[in-house]
Amino acid sequence: MYKILKKQVLSDLVTLMEVSAPQVTRKAQAGQFVIVRAYEESERIPLTIADFDRAAQSVTLVIQQVGKSTMQMCQMNEGDEFATVAGPLGHPTEIEKYGTVICIGGGVGIAPVYPIARALKEAGNHVISIIGARNQSLLFWEEKMRAVSDELIVTTDDGSYGRKALVTEPLKEILTARQDIKKVWAIGPAIMMKFVAATTKTFNVPTIVSLNTIMIDGTGMCGGCRVLTTDGAQFVCVDGPEFDAHRVDWDVMMSRMQFYRAEEQAAVEQWKHQCNLASAA
Amino acid sequence: MAKKTIVPKKTPMPEQPAEERIHNYNEVPYGYTEEQAIAEAKRCIECAKPLCMAGCPVNINIPGFLKLIADGDFRGAVNLVKETNALPAITGRVCPQETQCEGVCTLCKKFEPVGVGRLERFVADWEAAQGALPVPPLPPPTGKKVAVVGSGPAGLTVAADLARLGHHVTIFEALHEAGGVLVYGIPEFRLPKAIVKREVEYVCSLGVKLVKDFVVGNAATVDELLEEFDAIFLGSGAGLPWFLGIPGENLGGVYSANEYLTRSNLMKAYRFPEYDTPIARGQRVITIGGGNVAMDAARTALRLGAKESIIVYRRSRDEMPARAEEIHHAEQEGIIFNLLTTPVALHGANGRVTEMECLKNELGEPDASGRRRPVAIKDSNFCIPTDIVVVAVGQSPSPLIPKTTPDLKVAKGGVVTVEEQTMKTSKKGVFAGGDVATGGATVILAMGQAKIASKAIDEYLKTGAW
Repeated sequence: MYKILKKQVLSDLVTLMEVSAPQVTRKAQAGQFVIVRAYEESERIPLTIADFDRAAQSVTLVIQQVGKSTMQMCQMNEGDEFATVAGPLGHPTEIEKYGTVICIGGGVGIAPVYPIARALKEAGNHVISIIGARNQSLLFWEEKMRAVSDELIVTTDDGSYGRKALVTEPLKEILTARQDIKKVWAIGPAIMMKFVAATTKTFNVPTIVSLNTIMIDGTGMCGGCRVLTTDGAQFVCVDGPEFDAHRVDWDVMMSRMQFYRAEEQAAVEQWKHQCNLASAA
Repeated sequence: MAKKTIVPKKTPMPEQPAEERIHNYNEVPYGYTEEQAIAEAKRCIECAKPLCMAGCPVNINIPGFLKLIADGDFRGAVNLVKETNALPAITGRVCPQETQCEGVCTLCKKFEPVGVGRLERFVADWEAAQGALPVPPLPPPTGKKVAVVGSGPAGLTVAADLARLGHHVTIFEALHEAGGVLVYGIPEFRLPKAIVKREVEYVCSLGVKLVKDFVVGNAATVDELLEEFDAIFLGSGAGLPWFLGIPGENLGGVYSANEYLTRSNLMKAYRFPEYDTPIARGQRVITIGGGNVAMDAARTALRLGAKESIIVYRRSRDEMPARAEEIHHAEQEGIIFNLLTTPVALHGANGRVTEMECLKNELGEPDASGRRRPVAIKDSNFCIPTDIVVVAVGQSPSPLIPKTTPDLKVAKGGVVTVEEQTMKTSKKGVFAGGDVATGGATVILAMGQAKIASKAIDEYLKTGAW
């Protein structure tokens, strides 16, 4: 069992959990993920490692409530235990001194892009970061990101904080204004990554995305997480989770991620109904 | 001596009627009663040279245990079986007996063979009914530490053998439950999970430490394990699913058999929403393949509510590699067999699969496997409408361990190269057995290799000689 050491609500939808997981922290690196199961009956879901502390043997997970499993996780408290935290899985981010780079985090994607930005900064890169969310209440880690970035741009879709824009707008301006951008990392909703990929493609700037498709085992056994790339079908769990954004077939990926939508909604409704019954009793 | 009258057919084993069982996950056969078991064991004609023993990959003393059953000594019978096979409740249910012990039974010349598998299962279930097994006296600890990677049939066998020899064994399992393919692959209706759990608990009662959620290759490499352990056994199975590489294979509703079965078995998606993992439930499900895994998937589809569950297989029924009993059960349950058929494309709408385009085949000359090669008939294309497609055309070992272990030699298909006499790999201190060393075979073969490995590991720990 994996004890929750610290819980912090980051936004209306996003919660941070620091979890004891000695097996994971020994080798964890930026860019890798873990498979988490809250309870015995729960799904196995992939969560990118947002941070880790080797001395405390803990990993930091930043969880956005999207379905029953993540809602349940966010309701758990310090001292509670997750049934499974397996990892570190997938390949770590390739950190080098590239020169000037851009790190983009959208919504909950700000969390996994943070350790990448930090590692790139530590490696001597000039790091420009862009973080964005639908509105101010969904933004978090602005100060943390500022601390590891040479420049930071904050956007919201509705203009409730920072600049009123999608992350792709400042991205396009930077790519137009300066020719020295060596590489871009983008983590966020699939639709955001798709449009970041389209934007950087026109400027021919290599772009890495971290994919978060539906998984079960996370070790290459089920193939449920497969994405179509220009190299054929690849498994996000063992070939990724990071991919060359310009090689991913985004439409196939987004369509596969929608597959269980009806089941997911049914599960949420049934669970909320049970919660209501329990609180009424 | 009076000539024995031979009952021509096996004593029937009672089972759930097909129309009932397709609506539940309970095991299909109920097993023999004591009387039925004795009657069946008495069918053995006690050949002077018993071929059945040679037909068994772990050389169980079959005539010996049949005689003990015939005499009503079930304790004696199960002890004799367990001398060479630690997991009889499992192999009695999943071995392809018709190509092993029963296939070479002398009775086959005129009659049905002795039901060795059913009797093996009987003695194991009889023992389980007597209550928890006492832990055998263990020798003093040798101080040697062994890491076993994977808790499937091979890993469990090696762990039990080495623990009984006084070595300290730790099993590393990637998933949250022990048992490997026995829990994620083989469905409840064919192998109840309570049986696997019992076997795992027994292995742990011998002092074996079980570490779950630990992915060797990621959480620690083989080299890192060697810093802590004196020897390693790789029993990590064949977990990498094959796809066909045809157009449309990435549509929603197209599953590898591994995914389909893991969702249903390990994650208990058949009990969704009580369990959170969903699985698509279609009116019509097509499974591609002719092996045990394909039968398991097609029969699972029925239990998930499919009105039609169809097997598409490129050769004919005679070439199907599945156990005879699985094909028989599948037919009883109304699975439709579309034989001599090769899928060439999957078509869909709104991101979901809607039909499978196929070609008809005829049988040509035998290929390398000795089976007649399917040859496509030109322009014979036709389509089968479907909601779900399960690809069950095979699997190979996961590349995770070889990739992170540079000096571990692997052959074509990622199969770890071993010396057959010892199951030694190319890397000092590292042994391998089961599907990771065969590419994908049977539970009993994995256990046979595990037995060989246990002996060699013990020898290596004692002498240090490689």
